[in-house]
Amino acid sequence: MGNLGVNFYESASVILFGIGFMNLLLQKNLIKKFIGLNIMDTAVFLFLAAKGFVFGGSAPIIVDGITDASYYVNPVPAGLVLTGIVVAVSVTAFSLALVQRLYQHYGSLNMDVIMRKMKEEEH
Amino acid sequence: MEWRMWLQKIKDWVDGYTVMIDADMYIANRKRREKWDWRSIIDFIYEKDLHKLHNTLCVMCCVAFIGVMLLVVNDLPQYGNVNNPANNEVSVRYVEEGLEETGAVNLVTGMILDYRAFDTFAEANVLFLSVMGVLFLLKTDKKNDDKQQQMVRKKDAEMEAIEQKPIRQIGAKYLTPFILLYGIYIVINGHISPGGGFAGGVIMGGGMIFYATAFGKEKMEQIFTFRSFANISVGSLLTYFVCKSYSFFTGANHVGWEVPKGVAGNILSAGLILPLNICVGLVVACTMYGFYALYTKGDI
Amino acid sequence: MEHINWIHNLPFFSIFIAMFAILLTAMFRTAKMAKRIHMTMMCIVVILSAILTYHMAVAPETFTFTMGHYPAPWGNELTAGPLEALMALVFGTVMLLSVMGGWVFIEKDVLQEKQYLYYIMLDAAMGAMLALIYTNDIFTAYVFIEINTLAACALVLAKGTATAMVGATHYLIMGLLGSGLFLFGVSILYSITGHLLLPQIGEAVTVLAASGQYHFALLIATAFLFIALAIKSGLFPFHTWLPVAHPIAIPASSAILSGFVVKGYVIFAIKLMYSVFSVEFMHELGIIDILFVFGVLGMVFGSLSAMRQRKMKKILAYSSVAQIGYIYMGVGLGTEIGLTAACFHMIAHGFTKSMLFLCAGSFVKQCGNIDDMDQMRGIAYKNPVAGIGYTIGAMSMIGIPLLAGFISKLYFATASIFSEGKMAASLLVLGISMILNALYFLPSVMAIWTTKKGMQEAKRANISPWFITSIVLLLCINVGLGVWYQPVIELIEVGLQLLQK
Repeated sequence: MGNLGVNFYESASVILFGIGFMNLLLQKNLIKKFIGLNIMDTAVFLFLAAKGFVFGGSAPIIVDGITDASYYVNPVPAGLVLTGIVVAVSVTAFSLALVQRLYQHYGSLNMDVIMRKMKEEEH
Repeated sequence: MEWRMWLQKIKDWVDGYTVMIDADMYIANRKRREKWDWRSIIDFIYEKDLHKLHNTLCVMCCVAFIGVMLLVVNDLPQYGNVNNPANNEVSVRYVEEGLEETGAVNLVTGMILDYRAFDTFAEANVLFLSVMGVLFLLKTDKKNDDKQQQMVRKKDAEMEAIEQKPIRQIGAKYLTPFILLYGIYIVINGHISPGGGFAGGVIMGGGMIFYATAFGKEKMEQIFTFRSFANISVGSLLTYFVCKSYSFFTGANHVGWEVPKGVAGNILSAGLILPLNICVGLVVACTMYGFYALYTKGDI
Repeated sequence: MEHINWIHNLPFFSIFIAMFAILLTAMFRTAKMAKRIHMTMMCIVVILSAILTYHMAVAPETFTFTMGHYPAPWGNELTAGPLEALMALVFGTVMLLSVMGGWVFIEKDVLQEKQYLYYIMLDAAMGAMLALIYTNDIFTAYVFIEINTLAACALVLAKGTATAMVGATHYLIMGLLGSGLFLFGVSILYSITGHLLLPQIGEAVTVLAASGQYHFALLIATAFLFIALAIKSGLFPFHTWLPVAHPIAIPASSAILSGFVVKGYVIFAIKLMYSVFSVEFMHELGIIDILFVFGVLGMVFGSLSAMRQRKMKKILAYSSVAQIGYIYMGVGLGTEIGLTAACFHMIAHGFTKSMLFLCAGSFVKQCGNIDDMDQMRGIAYKNPVAGIGYTIGAMSMIGIPLLAGFISKLYFATASIFSEGKMAASLLVLGISMILNALYFLPSVMAIWTTKKGMQEAKRANISPWFITSIVLLLCINVGLGVWYQPVIELIEVGLQLLQK
């Protein structure tokens, strides 16, 4: 087979996914961690959007009453991406609110510092 | 007593705490060893390059992950090929009969609000739930607030008063109506042109946020209170809920009256899609403004 | 209208009633109304699920329910069979009883102004769980998994303390990582099969498996889906969030989270395994063996960590990790009897662990929010209902006959005897973990029943009648499952057979 050269959008998206994952692992700052998660989500959206494309197809909005399938790209991934984006926005909003509360209490965004302070408070 | 330290670290890992803190503390508490033994190699690694080692391991993990994923991409169907598995009878029906069956010119809108409407219903619920979660976290009430937080909020309010520059207010005064109008246009044309409830809702929410930044908390509270926020979003979600449960119930049981589709391309067409789009748009606009208001002042 | 089959509408009704309860609660926004709406909703859901289960027990069948006007490959679908109906009934009952037993704690620990939001999250968790059980569409499952993550996270931080926030953050990070992997798995699967509904993906996967095309992509997609579900359900190497998040939540939340939220994902994993990737194909990919190994490791490590804890709720949380290990071991055996054992264990553990968490929460409350076993000496005399509940629950988890836990262990042992190649390992680990179970539950049971010298005369504490009712009902169900287990097992077996593609 060997479609790596053709599937350059997908390659970019998996590299982005890896970068997001690396952010999640390496960043200590909570906001950056959540941005890493966001990058991962976005990478998946790019992947899906690339999967829906068909050479020679235009956007799936009917023009001049032409309803031939070969004239448009696949509408399914577009719908999935739309749903995915909304879900990503919601969870990001929720997690940022959580980070805000943590900052209010501990005065830090660093996960290590927060954990240390929590342990100190317990003892 | 090095082995105890190690044991502690393993235990902590099993406990679910991250390794990094304990490793830091391990270095801080470690005694220097006079005699050489093999464990000092590990010590050396820890002392010198703990962070580097950890980071290198992470990077290696991620690179390995990317490598595996590139192999997967290598194995996947070709980009843009018509004969891909994804371009099967499902998408063909969405494209070829979508106009007739849903009445929507914008096939994606038709797909997400009619063919796969359950997903979209759940998605609107996710949005609503997340604003409820943010409310749960950040809503302040005078009774349960501690003094420090009240001080912070007071400072914020003072800053806000200073920052209210005339240029921004004039800009907001004249631009907000147009932004809102543009959002409304996108929402109600969702089924005949690009856009739809989500995109238009975000634009409307953006307009409201712009206005709020220019005129501040008090002015906004006169126009848009928590009550109106809750009423609008719950009301639109309820409408959405009723429409969709009607259509699911009648569709599954093959009973009932079908909503007329109208002439494709008109504003009043595509059956339930137009009201659904309006509901989604209102929910999204309220949610976006709600996030902003809760983040900045802890109240809507 | 005679041609409407009302039985087939029940899954749809139960999901939508739960969703309706969210909106109704948000409309009224008072704690009192929220509680009433929640209890009414739960009663309706339990009754509907009971009717469906009864129907399935009498005349087993699987049916699909199209959500909308369009049939299978185009529209969304729900599907229900005996297994799904039974699980919906069990989860509904666990939720109902946990909230009933946990009322007192909800009223004390959650701010009065925010209680309605807590009930909204409970409704959302129930609705999402029901949808996850009944759905026949992998993308719908993704959206509902996200709803469930948000709701569960909000349930963890209900108390609003800083430690709860930290636990919720752990949970959220792991949960979102799992969702990201799940979505990636779904995307890869979509790009090689072109479908999103489970039966159609199943057909396409069979064709792909026979032809060997896209083999590597299929392997990775499957691995992603199962890793994501394992992260969400707290399987051993990905369990790190569970012992942080579950003990700090308020008792009702921990009972619900340990009782059924983590298990919904396992149900979906079983559904994926049976109706999308057949068991043989999972064997071929080797994923089932990995699940088995992780399950076995989780059993041992969970129990070992539970032994080192001095805090009662931490013990219970680590015990949950171990029990999730049992369930995945049953799944990993790959035989039908192993899966039966896993499903039965989910039911038994759901009822037992929710009871244990409620009792432990009651003890903690009486000690003045101190969750330390040394402080709980002789507390069972002050609070006999919780004491008896905790003891019986611990006995059930250890596997004393006549209790639900014994039956599931019996079936696990039988399943491991009949499995090829995994017999020695699973039997050995079952034996070891049974002893470990006894070892980590014994100190806590002894602590609550033995008094220190010089302690004051035990005074009966005020216990809410709702708490007593819920504990007694949970006890009855536990004993009932231990004695009349045959019908449940039969229903599970029929359900698994019908699920197989």
